[in-house]
Amino acid sequence: MTEPMLSVRNLHVSFPTRQGVFEAVRGVSFDLGRERLGVVGESGSGKSMTGRAILGLVRPPGQVRADRMDLGGQSILNLPERGMRKIRGSRISMVMQDPKFSLNPVMTIGDQIIEAYRLHAGGGKAAARKKALEMLKAVQIRDPERVMDAYPHEVSGGMGQRIMIAMMLAPDPEILIADEPTSALDVSVRTEVLNIMDRLVRDRGMGLIFISHDLNLVAQFCDRVLIMYAGRVVETLAAQDLHNARHPYTQGLLNSLPRLDAPVDRLPVLQRQENWRSDPLIDQGLETELPKGV
Amino acid sequence: MLNVENLDVWFGFPPDRVDAVKQVSFTVAQGESFGLVGESGSGKSTILRAIAGLIDSWSGRVDVAGQAVHGSHRDRAFYKTVQMVFQDPYASLHPRHSVDAVLHEALKLQGMDNIDRRINQLLDDVGLGRGFRFRYPHQLSGGQRQRVAIARALAGNPRLLLLDEPTSALDVSVQAEILNLLTDLRREHGLTYVMVSHDLAVVGHMCDRLAVMQHGQIVEVMEVDALRRGAGQQDYTRHLIRASAGYERA
Amino acid sequence: MSDTSSKPQSRRDWLLTDAPLTRHQARLGAFYQGWLTFRANKLAMLGLIILILLIGMAIFAPWLAPQSPFAQNLAGRLQPPSPEHWLGTDALGRDIMSRLIYGSRITLFIVGTVALIAPVIGLFIGTVAGFAGGWVDQVLMRITDIFLAFPKLILALAFVAALGPGIGNAVLALALTGWPPYARLARAETLTIRNADFIAAARLQGAGRMRLLIRHIWPLCISSLIVRVALDMAGIILSAAGLGFLGLGAQPPMPEWGAMISDGRIYILDFWWVAAMPGLAIFIVSLAFNLLGDGLRDVLDPKGAKQ
Repeated sequence: MTEPMLSVRNLHVSFPTRQGVFEAVRGVSFDLGRERLGVVGESGSGKSMTGRAILGLVRPPGQVRADRMDLGGQSILNLPERGMRKIRGSRISMVMQDPKFSLNPVMTIGDQIIEAYRLHAGGGKAAARKKALEMLKAVQIRDPERVMDAYPHEVSGGMGQRIMIAMMLAPDPEILIADEPTSALDVSVRTEVLNIMDRLVRDRGMGLIFISHDLNLVAQFCDRVLIMYAGRVVETLAAQDLHNARHPYTQGLLNSLPRLDAPVDRLPVLQRQENWRSDPLIDQGLETELPKGV
Repeated sequence: MLNVENLDVWFGFPPDRVDAVKQVSFTVAQGESFGLVGESGSGKSTILRAIAGLIDSWSGRVDVAGQAVHGSHRDRAFYKTVQMVFQDPYASLHPRHSVDAVLHEALKLQGMDNIDRRINQLLDDVGLGRGFRFRYPHQLSGGQRQRVAIARALAGNPRLLLLDEPTSALDVSVQAEILNLLTDLRREHGLTYVMVSHDLAVVGHMCDRLAVMQHGQIVEVMEVDALRRGAGQQDYTRHLIRASAGYERA
Repeated sequence: MSDTSSKPQSRRDWLLTDAPLTRHQARLGAFYQGWLTFRANKLAMLGLIILILLIGMAIFAPWLAPQSPFAQNLAGRLQPPSPEHWLGTDALGRDIMSRLIYGSRITLFIVGTVALIAPVIGLFIGTVAGFAGGWVDQVLMRITDIFLAFPKLILALAFVAALGPGIGNAVLALALTGWPPYARLARAETLTIRNADFIAAARLQGAGRMRLLIRHIWPLCISSLIVRVALDMAGIILSAAGLGFLGLGAQPPMPEWGAMISDGRIYILDFWWVAAMPGLAIFIVSLAFNLLGDGLRDVLDPKGAKQ
C-alpha cells in the first residue's frame, strides 16, 4: 500500500460557548490517497469544519486537536500561520460554495489568477500570465483571453466556480478540498464543473476531498464516502456500495429523498437515535484503508 | 383557481430593462398541485411574486378564484385566498418577533377571532406543538422555522398556497418532513399548490402537473407521469431531466 | 409540559431556557441573554457603573454637595484643592466640587433631552424615506443633506442666536441639528430590510404601510440607533459644553460644566484646577458613554461587534 497523501487521526474541533464547550468535530480519522473522497452529512454534522481544520482555517476561540494530521509525512497540525500559508494554496487548495464571495470584486479575473500563482510559484509576470491562460483552458473556458480581463460580476455562477478552480489549481496543489462546490450551481453547469475536477484527479494524480450534502451526487462522483453525523464519521463506504449502506442514518438519509423512479405518497422520515452520537462505528477498517489499486 | 395569461414581467427601464418572464400562460385547477421548474434565472419565482402582488411591473392577465388582479394592489379577499411560503426560512421570519407574535399578527390581520386558541391550533397543524409558541426565530432550526412560516400562511385559511422553493434551504431529512407536512395539509384543507423548485424529484413528488421554464418562457407543460418516464417533448426538458438524475462520468 | 415545570429550576435556567412557556418568560429571557453578553464586556460595565454613579449624583446632589453651588466667598477665591475644598474654588470663591455635583443635573438634562429628540426625528424621517422611496425619499434626503452640509456647532449657534441664549434653546438647537446622521443610518437600515421576505410575508397578510413601518421596520432600526446615540453622547456633551463655553448655553451662575471651563480659561495658567476639574468631569462622562455604546453594540448589533 502506498503512503497516504493526507492522514488524519482522531480530529477534534471545539468551540467554547456560554453553555459549555461545543464539539463540532469529535474524533474524525481518515486517510486520503490519489482519489475522490466524499464527505457527506447534514448541516451541523461537522463536514465543513473538518475541511477547515485541515487548512488551519478554524478561527479562535475554536480549537483543533488531533492525534495526527500529516501531509505527506509532515505534521500540519496547528502549524503557525506563516507555515500554514505556505501549505495553503501551494499544496492544499480549497474551493468554496459560492464563487461570488471568494473572488475579489475589484480585480480582474486574470490579475487574481496571476497573483495567486506568483504568490506560490514566484516567477515573472509574463510566465504567470501564460500559466493563467493555460489554467483557464484547463477548466474548459472558451475564449480565456477575454475572461482574463473580465471582472467577477461579469461572469456567470458556473463560470465563476470554474475560475475559482482554475485559481486554486494554478500552483499545482497535491490536494483539493471542495466544500459544496456545485451547490450554488444549476444542474447543467454542475456536470461540467464535476467533469473538470474529475479530470484533474485522474490526470494530475490529485487527491480530492469533496464535501457535500448530496448523497446521490457523491455516490456517483466519488470513489469513497465518509458519512458524518454529529461531528463523527458514522460510516465509511466505497461509493458504489452507498445504496447498501448499513448504518441506519445513511439508510434514513437515502430513503428520505424523493425519487422520480419510485413515487410514494409520503416520504419516510428519518428517526434520529441518540446512540448514533456515541455508538461504535461501522467498518472501522474502511475508514483508513485506501481503495484498491491506488 | 388560478389562471395566468400572457404574463410578462420586467425589471428596470429601457435600455436596461430585463424581461424576466415572457408571455407565460398556464391554468391551475381547484385542488391541483402545479409545479414550476427551471434553472436559476428562468423566471419561475418571479411569476409567484407577480401573482402575489410583490412586483408591480407586469402585464397580462392573472385571475385568482375568478377575480382579476391588477398591478401590485391586492384586496383583503385576495390575502385571504392566497398565501405564500418563501424559500429561506431564515429570511422570512422577523428576527425580533416570537412565534406567538408572528401568528398573532397574521390572525389579527386576517380578521380572526379566538386568536389564542387558533395559535395553538395552527402550531398543532404544522406539527410544532405549543412548547414552541414563545420562541424567537434564533431558537428554532431551519425546519422549525419553515413550519412557523407555513403556519403563518395558513392563518387565514387560504385556498391557494404559492410555495417558492420551500425546502431548498433545508437538509434532506428535514425536507422529507416538510414535504410530508405539505402533502397532509393539502389533503386536510383541500389546498391548491403552485410550487416552484429547481429540484425535479421534489416537484415529481409533490405535483400533478408541471411547467418547465427556460429564459423566462414556458418550454412545455407536462404531466408528472411523463416527467417520471423522462419523456419530455422538448430537447431542453430531456436535457434537464438527464442532468438532474445525477452525474455521469464523462 | 407539566413535568418540566415541576422540576426545581434555578432562576438562571428559567431565563435561559430554549422553550419559554409564556410571553413574559420569553421576553425576560431575551433580555437576560443580552445582559449576559453585556456583562462579559468589562469596560462596558465600567461605563455603566460610572453612569449610574452620575445619575445617583444628580439625584442626591443636595445631600452630596458640601456647599451650595452658588455660595460666593470672595475671600476664599481661587483656592487650590485642599481638605476643605476637595477640588478647589473658582474665581468667585464657589466650591468647584459642589458646582460639579449640581452641574451633573444639567449635563444629564441636556444629554437626555437631546438623546430623546434627535434619534426619534432621525428614525422617523429615515425610515419613511427608505420605505416610501421615490420622491418622498428624494425630498427628505435632500433636506437631510442640507442639514449635514453645515458644521453642526455652527448650525446650533445659528439656532441659538435666533432663539436667544439659554439652556432650553441650546438643547433644542442640538436636537434639531443632531438628527440627520440618524436619519441616514435609519434609511440605510430600512433599505436593507425593505425587501426582506418577512416584510413580503407581512404584506401578504394584508399589513398596511404604517404597520410595516412601526411593527416590522422600527424594531430593527432602533437597536443600531441606540448604539449610535450612546456613542454620540460624548459629542453631545461636548457640543453642549461648547455652547456653554461660548456663552450661548447655560447662563451664569448655572454650574454647567462647559460654562465652568469657560469661566476658568482666564486663569488656566496660574489656577489650572478651575478649568481642569470640569474638563475632567466631561472627559470621564464622555468616556463612560463611549464604553457603554461599545457594550450595547455587542448586545444589540451583532453585525458590528468585533469577533
